[in-house]
Amino acid sequence: MTDTPTPTSYTVPGLVPTGPRLITARFDVADGFTYDGYVRTGGYTALRKALTSMTPQQVHDEVRTSEMQGRGGAGFPAGTKWGFLPPDVFPRYLVINGDESEPGTYKDRMLMELDPHQLIEGVVIAAYAIGAAQAFLYVRGEMALAQERLAQALNDAYANGLVGRNILGTDFSVDVTLTWGAGAYIVGEETALIESLEGERGMPRLKPPFFPAAKGLYMQPTIVNNVETLSNVPWIINESGQAFHDLGAPTSTGMRMFAVSGHVNRPGVFEVPNGITTFRMLFEAPEYCGGVRHGRSVKAFIPGGASAMWFFDEHLDLPLDKPTVDQAGSMLGSGAIVVMDDRTDMVAACWRVVRFFARESCGKCTPCREGTTWLERILKRMLDGHGRADDLATLLDVCESISPGLAWPPRQTTICPLGPSAVSPIASAVRRFQHEFEHYVQHGRPIDGVERHAIHGAGAHV
Amino acid sequence: MPRLTDANVTIAKEIIGRYPRPKSALIPILHLAQEQDGYVSEDAMRHIAELLGITPAEVYGTATFYEMFKFEPVGRYCINVCTNISCQLLGAWELLEHAEHHLGIKAGSTTDDGMFTIEDVECIAACTEAPALQVNYRYRYRVTHAEFDLLIADLRAGGLADEIPPHGTLARVRQRTPQNWADTGRTAQAEVDAR
Amino acid sequence: MSDETIDDTDGTDVDAATEPEPEPKRTLTVTVDGRPFEAQPGSMVIDAAIAAGSYVPHFCYHPRMTPVGMCRQCFVEVDGPRGPMMVVSCMTPVAEGQVVRTDTPQVKRAQEGVLELLLVNHPLDCPVCDKGGECPLQDQAFSHGPGESRFVEQKRHWEKPIPISDLVFLDRERCIQCDRCTRFADEVAGDKLIHFISRGNDTQVMTFPDEPFSSYFSGNTVQICPVGALTASPYRFKARPWDLDQRASTCTTCSVGCRTVVQSTRDELVRYQGLDVESVNWGWLCDRGRFNFESIGSDDRLTTPLVRGESGLEPTSWTGALGAAARLVTEALESGGPRSIGILGGARGTNEDAFAWAALADALGVTLRDAQVGDGLPTEVLGLPRATITDAANAPTIVLLGPDLKEELPVLYLRLRDAAEKRRSRIVELSSVGTGLSRYAWKRFPYEPGLGAQAVSAALADPEVRDQLARGPVVVVAGRGNLAESQEVATATLASLLDGLTGAGASWSVLPALRRGNVVGALQLGMAPSEGAGGGLDVLRAAAEGRLELLVLVGSDPMADCPDTDLARRALAGARRIVAVDTFLTASSEQADVVLAAAAYGEKDGTTTNLEGRVSGVVAKVTATGTSRPDWMIATELGLALGHDLGFGSVDDVTDAIATRVPAYAGVTRTAVARNVEGVLTEAPLAFLPPASSSAGERNNYDYRLVVSRTLYDRAVGTATSPSLAHLAPGPAALVHPLDLELVGVSAGTEVQLVGARSSVVLPLHTDATVPRGTVRVRFQQGGGSVGELVDASTPIVDVRIERL
Ligand SMILES: Cc1cc2nc3c(=O)[nH]c(=O)nc-3n(C[C@H](O)[C@H](O)[C@H](O)COP(=O)(O)O)c2cc1C
Ligand code: SF4
Ligand code: FES
Repeated sequence: MTDTPTPTSYTVPGLVPTGPRLITARFDVADGFTYDGYVRTGGYTALRKALTSMTPQQVHDEVRTSEMQGRGGAGFPAGTKWGFLPPDVFPRYLVINGDESEPGTYKDRMLMELDPHQLIEGVVIAAYAIGAAQAFLYVRGEMALAQERLAQALNDAYANGLVGRNILGTDFSVDVTLTWGAGAYIVGEETALIESLEGERGMPRLKPPFFPAAKGLYMQPTIVNNVETLSNVPWIINESGQAFHDLGAPTSTGMRMFAVSGHVNRPGVFEVPNGITTFRMLFEAPEYCGGVRHGRSVKAFIPGGASAMWFFDEHLDLPLDKPTVDQAGSMLGSGAIVVMDDRTDMVAACWRVVRFFARESCGKCTPCREGTTWLERILKRMLDGHGRADDLATLLDVCESISPGLAWPPRQTTICPLGPSAVSPIASAVRRFQHEFEHYVQHGRPIDGVERHAIHGAGAHV
Repeated sequence: MPRLTDANVTIAKEIIGRYPRPKSALIPILHLAQEQDGYVSEDAMRHIAELLGITPAEVYGTATFYEMFKFEPVGRYCINVCTNISCQLLGAWELLEHAEHHLGIKAGSTTDDGMFTIEDVECIAACTEAPALQVNYRYRYRVTHAEFDLLIADLRAGGLADEIPPHGTLARVRQRTPQNWADTGRTAQAEVDAR
Repeated sequence: MSDETIDDTDGTDVDAATEPEPEPKRTLTVTVDGRPFEAQPGSMVIDAAIAAGSYVPHFCYHPRMTPVGMCRQCFVEVDGPRGPMMVVSCMTPVAEGQVVRTDTPQVKRAQEGVLELLLVNHPLDCPVCDKGGECPLQDQAFSHGPGESRFVEQKRHWEKPIPISDLVFLDRERCIQCDRCTRFADEVAGDKLIHFISRGNDTQVMTFPDEPFSSYFSGNTVQICPVGALTASPYRFKARPWDLDQRASTCTTCSVGCRTVVQSTRDELVRYQGLDVESVNWGWLCDRGRFNFESIGSDDRLTTPLVRGESGLEPTSWTGALGAAARLVTEALESGGPRSIGILGGARGTNEDAFAWAALADALGVTLRDAQVGDGLPTEVLGLPRATITDAANAPTIVLLGPDLKEELPVLYLRLRDAAEKRRSRIVELSSVGTGLSRYAWKRFPYEPGLGAQAVSAALADPEVRDQLARGPVVVVAGRGNLAESQEVATATLASLLDGLTGAGASWSVLPALRRGNVVGALQLGMAPSEGAGGGLDVLRAAAEGRLELLVLVGSDPMADCPDTDLARRALAGARRIVAVDTFLTASSEQADVVLAAAAYGEKDGTTTNLEGRVSGVVAKVTATGTSRPDWMIATELGLALGHDLGFGSVDDVTDAIATRVPAYAGVTRTAVARNVEGVLTEAPLAFLPPASSSAGERNNYDYRLVVSRTLYDRAVGTATSPSLAHLAPGPAALVHPLDLELVGVSAGTEVQLVGARSSVVLPLHTDATVPRGTVRVRFQQGGGSVGELVDASTPIVDVRIERL
């Protein structure tokens, strides 16, 4: 038990498709999170380069050339997103999404705790590129250490003239305000994040008309980017957008952080070349996870966060490449991979993910507010041994009301994708393991050979 | 019930100054109130409403949306056991059951001596270190049952006081508003108003 | 949804009021279910679909509020670039060539799915729910819903109806989280006292603990709640919708003249609902207007005429009472001639009532008359270039020189607040104390009572104000903000403002902010003082000085309404005889020799004129109490008893006579009024304000200058006899700036003595930060130590000392 993450989690093995460590390199440096440690290891050179030898347009062009996909979940290219800002509308804002809460996702916290200056450098460069007056660094409320490290880093960066007025003696100024949430997953959704930043309940806005780039924070143009996305910016400026593009696959450029958790021997967070590594390599290579625990096999795995459709053994050889995974019917999302071995109770797993969405629904849309809770209650009743004959049909029907067609990518009767996300685990698990659900209904207990959990009483609304 | 102390009002005003619009400072100031009293009292909410020029109902509406704000006193140490999927797969429910048994309370409640509150929480972003928990938002990874008992003993003995402040205190380092604060927020407000 | 409201509460940085946008003339052609339809640009698909005759079910959408798209019930299919798309119609703007389908299988499936989910937690208590029978959710469930719920889990449980204010109950189990009430409180009323709290499936509407939803507009939330979650205490369990009988009418509580729907069951009024008309109230009502129907059924109503006998006022027959009244008139005419008779009133009745009484006065040659008793402005104000409410709400600049509109003309307050919040208008406020609109004002020019002219000069000298005036039409909202300041001073201030605006080249018009329901109608239809005869105060003075043989009070209550209580008291004592027409025995009518029981609103047909000169209908919905009769009928019968046939056999005769005899009412025919839900606008002949002097004089050795102002709830008879409202009057109090309270040296709530030149009264002293130092504000008509005792209508202002007891 330690307070800082175990070092093994950050080790990027030298085998399997290798690549440089773009944003995790400093994780091994004991004082990498301090100002001195950061500067000593080459920090803030990109900022100097951008501010003193590049125009904002040139910075933007480098990022555009890199074709870096956003790391927050949607995977939209950052350079393209920046280009959506309407010209000549000021003030405009940069908002950094550090609300990491998608189950399975564990990378932004590391970047904030172990290399806060890298993020700040990326933020200031991005603000320069898009002409932002002010940037808001929104950190998840439950991450006390990240908040402390970022606060210290910002204070140091201000003191050294790297943020604030006339940065590095140029006439570029930007303030970065550190702000944090208070426990609400939905606030990770960008428009909800904006509401939260305005001091409101974090309920998403309907897009259109409220696309942040046009009408965001205070109804002004706003760019929302993920922590990992912006942490890559200093490297891109130092090494060029083309160099970034040359890493990974052409359809998913650069390196990318994946957290692999669940039933593997060595769960961990790895920075791997995008699009080249396959799921199997991640799970089996001794340099990564070293195989499924107890030598068992993979029953199912979640490839990109709790919202994603589940994958099964036939998907193991897919590369971690956005279009490929999209095409196979799921998503890489926020780089959260959860492995379930053959002893996993699919109904329990499915319930747990659904309970998450039911608890975290903001309550704005009827289908999500009422539907996710209903789904959770049916599943819980099944787990408790009180399943009814028509439960499975009702489950699928309620899913249909939230996400018509049960299609992927989901169609939705809701404002944001949270409600439909609760449908993914059900659609995945029921499609493949219907017999496990039916067994619960008929016998009040799981099929033989799966592990039972000591789940007690804990529904979405206890 | 307590309002914000003068010292905290000063901090609150500094926080307000960092945003283009006062209401944006609401959540940070609610945290400040929770840091002061361990929970957010009604008087504190009234006081915050005054500071921001909004109604107490608005403060309440925002505050109750977020899980971290407590409206009644909780234990000095809030132990949040993650039971989400990655942790569930690796024994989180068993850990939670053990914790309940060890402390003699159910999740969602507080020990009689006011020392501990246990909660069954959603993913805390430590999935590779399952089962994981937080004590006042400080992480503990791959927690075995024995380690849990040790943790409780340590906390009771005050051995972790340096590392883990009482419930309510999040970051012990605050962002300061330095000399070279560019004050872009205010400029921004002026620009918004000019429109 | 986030809004663009300004967080700043002092209101100084309200955004630029832009030129009113040119009316979009173009319409767009959309196809709804195969039918082409012309839609307004900027409107939403749901508006177009419904207008085109395709009903789209919806719960959260309300045309007078920002759409939020929460309930997800209003799905339709719209052809998009990538084929048909399901969209929520309440947040999708219409577009040229758009093809909308409201009835595809996908749409129906989505709507039914949402409906089932809405019903998951909704209780099945329709039989005991006030909304049952007029509930969109019930209707939807009936026509589209699955017969039986598949939801077998426990429903959400919350404490059954909890009072969230004095008038409104909230049943959270029935709530469907549509955000209508909370949006209303925020966007429309500006009273953000109810809010969503908690999250997800626990989301509920709530107030802050111990801070009730005390809004003057709370009843509107009950009206717009699409289910029975919000109920109003005056209506709870009173009736079932299918037993209700209703007619459109007009509220006459104040001169805004909100259109209403009056509902009754078994000959009892049970509910008023707001009617949505564009030009006046947009569907809203204030709580006083909504709930004071209770007074009509009050046990205290006069049921028969009364005549003073040996043992005071005694019930009598109409023949007896009219005979007695006629005798008093005849005696007065014989002993003092027509100049010894004064008639006050008309502002509380219909146009027909006022016109009939004016006709009777004309027949008798009585010139001493007025619909006001020194509590308004001279009639000439009505002849100034007149603005409508819509003009005011679209004017780049609104100048307020008058009462606190939130207290006196609440729905006008809503309209002007909306204009300021939506950045159409900038408000310039000239007042002695803060008002409900102060926080929305762009600029404020406070002035010491009596010195309004100085504030006018200051305002007009302000370069920003001058720039602002050049941006287009200016509407002056003019009334009496301070009843302790004489009518002459108030008039002079207004005159100097209008002169100044003319001098500044502004094009201005005036919206008169007179309070009483039909004061404008009464003044326009003959109850104004005739030229040279003097106004209501002069009538009272004549009576006080013993020059009146007979004083006729037609729904007028000088003891309550005249700011100068002493004058009123002396007038009632000094008039040799008094005839009163009234619905209740008031402090004035109880001194009469003959009291003629009058029918009240809801008991009589006719028309009324609002402050902009808009005439709309009022209707009889229940039988008149006892033998009470409408005022016009009483005038007509009294005329007959005196040998003057006014020629009115029915109320319609009077309405017709008004349309033919009064030029300004030429277009106001019965059919025009009946057909036009917006009412018919009259035009007033142009007049000019009489020059008036305004020297408030130096402050004497008294420390505080007095402001007397009204509040929405007071001891006025209509409120006092409505049980749900009676206890809402804030009660007597003197209000000073917190620092002045310190200076007096008492704690808040302590009784102190206000000593004036004429008299003194004892009142509890409280603080009000909007009262400037050196000023004391007292609410009018609150009972207790009557502040009217301090007011001398013949002096420009009133100064007082505050003494500890
Ligand atoms: C329900 C929901 C939760 C989300 N949570 C997060 C989050 O925790 N962190 C994050 O960066 N993005 C999250 N997103 C994605 C954001 O809306 C947004 O797309 C992202 O922050 C943009 O950054 P990027 O373009 O750099 O990826 C979430 C989206 C949804 C719909
Ligand atoms: S889908 Fe759920 S979380 Fe998203 S806006 Fe609607 S209610 Fe809120
Ligand atoms: S009416 Fe459109 S979502 Fe409610």
